[in-house]
Amino acid sequence: MTAVELENLTLTRGRRTILSNVTAAIGDGEFIGVFGPNGAGKTTLLHAILGLLAPVSGAIRVFGKPPGNGTALAGYLPQKRSAIGDLRLRGWDLVASAYEGHRWGPPILGSRGRREVAWALATVEAMELAERPLSQLSGGELQRILLAQALLGKPKLLLLDEPLISLDPRYQQAVVELIKRVQSALGITVLLTAHELNPLLGFMDRVLYLGHGRAALGTTEEVITSEVLSRLYDAPIEVLRLNGRIVVVAAHGAVEAEAHRHDA
Amino acid sequence: MLEYDFMQTAFEAGTVVAIVAGAVGYFLVLRNLAFAGHALSHVGFAGATGAVLLGVAPFWGLLAFTVAGGVGMGLLGDQLRGRDVAVGIILSMSLGLGVLFLHLYTTYATQASSLLFGNVLGVSPENLRDMLVLGVLTLAFLTAMARPLIFATLDPELAEAKGVSLRLIAVLFLIVVAVAVAEAVQVIGILLVFALMVGPAAAALRCTTRLKSGIALSVIFAVAETWAGIVLAYVTDWPPSFWITLLSSVVYGLTFAPLLLPRGARGEA
Repeated sequence: MTAVELENLTLTRGRRTILSNVTAAIGDGEFIGVFGPNGAGKTTLLHAILGLLAPVSGAIRVFGKPPGNGTALAGYLPQKRSAIGDLRLRGWDLVASAYEGHRWGPPILGSRGRREVAWALATVEAMELAERPLSQLSGGELQRILLAQALLGKPKLLLLDEPLISLDPRYQQAVVELIKRVQSALGITVLLTAHELNPLLGFMDRVLYLGHGRAALGTTEEVITSEVLSRLYDAPIEVLRLNGRIVVVAAHGAVEAEAHRHDA
Repeated sequence: MLEYDFMQTAFEAGTVVAIVAGAVGYFLVLRNLAFAGHALSHVGFAGATGAVLLGVAPFWGLLAFTVAGGVGMGLLGDQLRGRDVAVGIILSMSLGLGVLFLHLYTTYATQASSLLFGNVLGVSPENLRDMLVLGVLTLAFLTAMARPLIFATLDPELAEAKGVSLRLIAVLFLIVVAVAVAEAVQVIGILLVFALMVGPAAAALRCTTRLKSGIALSVIFAVAETWAGIVLAYVTDWPPSFWITLLSSVVYGLTFAPLLLPRGARGEA
């Protein structure tokens, strides 16, 4: 069973072509790291899989169905969260706000809703954390609450947009480990976009690397090579492996992973 | 005190307004729109005085202008962010227009002060009936939109991804705010709307981290401050608006009191 199938997919934003004629198939239960330079289309691809953006040509199928109908199948963690960090509200209320949050009516959860919120929070081990005000949580703790929110509705596919950005390295590791635990426990598919490869090495099943409208899907060894990345960046790229870590270097010397870290 | 009809009407009007202002105000503060509520009431001044010039009850002019202002602000949405100067100029323009209308209709001077500073003791039984109907409608509307409103307020990016129209929610909510402001003006006046719409809600947000307790507490503060303000006005013969604004400030100030305690003695927030 494929979780996400991209078939000759072309996506545009305004006049800019983001992906051009991309074909790839992601299997059920895979953990996929999605990488690429800024503007390569990582977020755009997630939006298309959610059904927020229609393909110009080609097709996307999520568990065999066109996206949109299957939105409930996909849990989503957006990258930019403008309001949350300043809220003096407890995490429970934030998670609960997303339960059927798009439907009109009074904000009554009911016993089913409360069970669902409690399940999602328990899955990310955040039941106690959820009683504390959001404004007092660290970046890593906040990310756990947001992950619980993405798990509402028990999705079979999780789309996580830059969950590691602006986290300290030690929190990055904890968040990746948590995502991996949740993925294994629930047997779901994860697509996670990131700027840096290294925190995710050993956790990903495969890598989806985007660049210049093209995409490469495969194991880290297959994709993170000088040959493949030079083609995606349209510039000479060197890949160095040091003590189990990977450093991607442009020929003129800039370190790709670092160059893109904070400017997304 | 309650043997006087005007006192009874004042308590009833005050209660209706306080419940609406407390509930709507909570979302206003949560959405960081306190200044928008303030601006809307000022926009209403031109409407209220203009209505008098045309021979219509000021309340309807006030309502028409605040609602139009609310729709405009909702449609502009994010474009208003950081445009405090533009909003400020529009609201002072509106107050200026109000002054002109007052000048053209000179016998209206005493009513101007009750528009600007409120006069809960002067609410007529007909006013009260209109306020009650509008108040019930406002709360019903707010309840019907509460779920997507909360979602869009706490987490706009995810809400948008799940199909909530942020702009529709913003416009609908500002219409609710506009009606609530027009109601609150009857009690507390255009210049003091902050005291009922923002004070109790801001205090409630400092007291509890639970959303529903916060809404309830905001309503309780608003009602208690209004009642106590009317009683104190009766006893002292000072204006109720003064007492309500004072109580609103005191309650908000008291929420900072735990910060003055030594560290170990502070309870969990």
